[in-house]
Amino acid sequence: MLLVKWLKKEAPVINFDYVKPTTEQNALTACKDPLAQFIAGGTNLVDLMKRGVTNPEKLVDITGLPMSNIEQKGDNIFIGSLALNSVVAEHELIKKHLPLLSQALQAGASPQIRNMATVGGNMMQRTRCGYFYDLSMPCNKRTPNSGCGAKEGYNRMHAIFGASDKCIAVHPSDMCVALAALDATVLIANGKLLRRVPFKDFHKLPGSNPEKDNNLLKGELITGVEVPINAAFAQHSLYTKIRDRASYAFALVSVAAALEMNGKTIKDIRLAMGGVAHKPWRLTTAEQFLKSKEATPANFKQAAMLALKDATSYGHNQFKLTLAPNTIVHTLHTLAGI
Amino acid sequence: MGNYFFDSATVFEELDRVDGKAKVTGQAKYSAEYEMPGLAYGVIVGANISKGTIAAIDINAAEKAPGVLGVVTHLNITKPAGYIAADATKPAAVRGLKVFDDNVIHFNGQPIALVMADSFERATHAASLIKAQYNKETFSTGLEQAMKDEKPLEGNQYKESIRGEKDAWKNAAVKVEGTYTMPNQVHNPMEMHATTVKWEGDDKVTVWEKTQGVKSTQRDIMQAFALTEKNVQVNTLYVGGGFGAALRTWPHAMAALIGAKKIGKPLKVVLTRMQMFTLVGYRPEAIQKIAIGADNDGKLIGMMHEANAVTSNYENFTENIVKMTRALYSCANVTTKYNVYPVELSTPTWMRGPGEATGSFPLECALDELSYQLKMDPIELRLKNYAETDPENGKPYSSKFLKEAYQLGADKFGWKDRHPIPNTMMENGWKVGVGMSTGIFGAFRNEAKLGLKLMADGTLIMQTAVSDSGPGTATAMTKIAADAMGLPYNKIKFELGDSSLPPGPTQGGSSSTSTVGAAVSTGCVTLQKKLAEAAKSSPVFGHIVAVENFLFQNGEMVLKTDPTKKLSYSEVLKNAGMTSIEFIENSGRNPAMEKYSAYSYAVHFVKVLVHPLTGVVKIAKAVVAGDAGKIVSPKTAKSQMIGGVVGGIGGALMEESVIDERYGRWINNNFADYHVPVHADVPAIEAVFVDKPDPILNPVGSKGMGEIALIGFAAAVANAVYHATGKRIRELPITPDKLI
Repeated sequence: MLLVKWLKKEAPVINFDYVKPTTEQNALTACKDPLAQFIAGGTNLVDLMKRGVTNPEKLVDITGLPMSNIEQKGDNIFIGSLALNSVVAEHELIKKHLPLLSQALQAGASPQIRNMATVGGNMMQRTRCGYFYDLSMPCNKRTPNSGCGAKEGYNRMHAIFGASDKCIAVHPSDMCVALAALDATVLIANGKLLRRVPFKDFHKLPGSNPEKDNNLLKGELITGVEVPINAAFAQHSLYTKIRDRASYAFALVSVAAALEMNGKTIKDIRLAMGGVAHKPWRLTTAEQFLKSKEATPANFKQAAMLALKDATSYGHNQFKLTLAPNTIVHTLHTLAGI
Repeated sequence: MGNYFFDSATVFEELDRVDGKAKVTGQAKYSAEYEMPGLAYGVIVGANISKGTIAAIDINAAEKAPGVLGVVTHLNITKPAGYIAADATKPAAVRGLKVFDDNVIHFNGQPIALVMADSFERATHAASLIKAQYNKETFSTGLEQAMKDEKPLEGNQYKESIRGEKDAWKNAAVKVEGTYTMPNQVHNPMEMHATTVKWEGDDKVTVWEKTQGVKSTQRDIMQAFALTEKNVQVNTLYVGGGFGAALRTWPHAMAALIGAKKIGKPLKVVLTRMQMFTLVGYRPEAIQKIAIGADNDGKLIGMMHEANAVTSNYENFTENIVKMTRALYSCANVTTKYNVYPVELSTPTWMRGPGEATGSFPLECALDELSYQLKMDPIELRLKNYAETDPENGKPYSSKFLKEAYQLGADKFGWKDRHPIPNTMMENGWKVGVGMSTGIFGAFRNEAKLGLKLMADGTLIMQTAVSDSGPGTATAMTKIAADAMGLPYNKIKFELGDSSLPPGPTQGGSSSTSTVGAAVSTGCVTLQKKLAEAAKSSPVFGHIVAVENFLFQNGEMVLKTDPTKKLSYSEVLKNAGMTSIEFIENSGRNPAMEKYSAYSYAVHFVKVLVHPLTGVVKIAKAVVAGDAGKIVSPKTAKSQMIGGVVGGIGGALMEESVIDERYGRWINNNFADYHVPVHADVPAIEAVFVDKPDPILNPVGSKGMGEIALIGFAAAVANAVYHATGKRIRELPITPDKLI
């Protein structure tokens, strides 16, 4: 194992170790220290370190591990957790079988960031809530029990689903919204057995412990995701992202949709939203409603209303209660060609 | 495009930006890029309260941190002479925030300490160890709250100004009224502000500073430290964008000067992107009320424009927000009022199109609204109220080709295809709208001294202490001199960014080309006279010495009556036994301008697409037609207009400062969350010019351009959005949430 003491003893800045293992086992061992963290593309973690939001004592660089393959395995597409966002988006298998994922990736960040960011890192990125980033303001996610600055503050970008008194932040990823819609499975190594977690259960709601974004345990490593191939969905899928500028902006809301049609009837459907919750938000009620129904504007509208049934706003984000259903309807209209 | 814009008989290739190659190849050195032995790095620590006093500040841990060379706070500062007023009746020489002067906190992020170390990383770490305790006081950072709780500043500049009858608009047949809001906007040039300081002893200093005013920065430093002019050297060879943010000598620069003196080492201080939001100004938030009355034919009867804006609690910042309403249209009865409220933010500053960019939003939206009420084309309404003389003082214009700009822009845009009824046009499921507006900005010319050196090899060197924050000043000056002297571009060198050069103006208020260009133009005339004088010694011209007898072309003096008789400039010098001709040209305002009003104009045309379900607005097309006098350097002129429109897209659709008023702290002080346009937001922008010289302002015939490129653009977008949707958005930026 390559071990670099990043800074010498008389280190000028907060000291941290940096190791770059080449095997999964060594990586898992290296990351056992309480304040050790994996780093891959670093597109979020380095920012967090600069701002003092995260202060790891050891960085375990996993980019030396062989985890960037993209391949078809039976009825699934396997994507290694170190596959770059830009590579996944442009990969022939992904464009052919999972165009929704390709679209979602293209909608995220900027080309420069996509060239650095990995699939696993994308899943692990933290919220972009301004209170989370500013050490001089309260944030339960950053500093448990310090309060939530956003709830009564500036919450235009914040959640309308599944928030708690402790936290109303949203998960910023586009990629994850597509993976949640496509019923992906997360593959997790922990040194013993490979754990498989349905993608929609990987991230968690804030509840009483918003400092935890997901259900990954300490000492576990995401090795990849598996996405079932569905030829019908590949024919009819669309990612719509509404944002304040055309690129390099987080979603106000986004919708990932995939349809399987039987004539005018919806045989099967997947719907998920981004920018609305602490995790990619599957619209299961709307999906259930639309199954076996005709693809009509009235049904789409009804489904969007059902999807918003449990939505709540906090002031600045009230517009999302209108924008979210409108975007669902717009996406379904476009997909169904009406 | 070629030489479309030229009316010159001489055919030149379109001149590329003379410093373009240096900029895009990384050869251009900016203020943060000067390395020198022993260079130390300074990091500014900001207060995290908005108002109050520092009760205690602990710098022990920082001082003991590895590599730290020193820490400056209000407790250990050696105050520069300029902090202290000579007597109680006079203000101190250093204006604005005197950094580390006392323990009073005026705004969140105000510098409370400068930490200096042998590396940037060590300084950054040590800065994080500074701990302050405060006595907090209540504060306000938002204009709306301040308007409820506070009284505006008093003074003559804030008094209601009435032309004609105050309430005339109220009695008009057709009326529009509205309240318009605009958030704080931040300049955010790509290059962060940076100051590198090197003291030589106690009374001599060299500073590499990001500034739009080389001489003004030099003056500020002289006054602050009681130094002589020759002992303060300011260098600003390149500026990576200014937009007004580099018009002042800001507290971080003073901190760098104070800190470098303390540690006796050269020191570099570079602001972080976050500090760019709090330490170098911003365009102040404004809430404006406007009311316009017209008769049934569209003739304006009366206008009322009240602007409310913020300033800091330690300095009064005012700009021309309501002036445009008094100047643009012929209207006998105009009442304006400008209220300024101090809040717990740093002092705002001029930002591209200062004042007018803010004021044009309500004015040009209201005109648009009026046009719909009158069922009249918006351009026709403007032509109906076209001012042939300055409505404020009756003076004639030095030049005004706004009518021509309306025509030129309308033709280029295809305005005649506009459907007069809003909310009627669709393309591929998007609502379509077109809108236009007018921008106006005063045309100015200031004083400049220009050094000219014609060298033995026929090269012309020009020198003046200006900086170029982006418009391409050196390029325009090269073009003027090339035309005047008949020299190829590569024989001309324009040197700037050095305070020891002959004094030039600050680059602001769209005046550089008029001011420095005038000096170049008259300087070349002087040079021609001196060449003719020197040619006395050249037998080829016989006894003819009067300059009128010569043409100056292709680097040669040519006898008009016998073009076979000619001499290169080098030969003229050689024959006269001279190694060079060197002199300083003084250029000032044209006294004849007393009798005139001078303005530049822009007409913006915008086509927008608005998504009916999601409220997304796309700018599909933008055309800007300018009356900026004679266009000196077509390529850089076009670029400058395009850049202004890109800035305008930001202001119209996305730029919004967000401050949590409970904490007085910024929420979106970074480039991920404070949105400026990306390429995907910017359509092909067409910039066209009337290109007719102003015969009076300056000998070049140019007027200003930098400001008008942006002024009025937000209104054109809002007007297009109205045309697309029938919704009048009076609150910037026009984000999707406002259209669903």
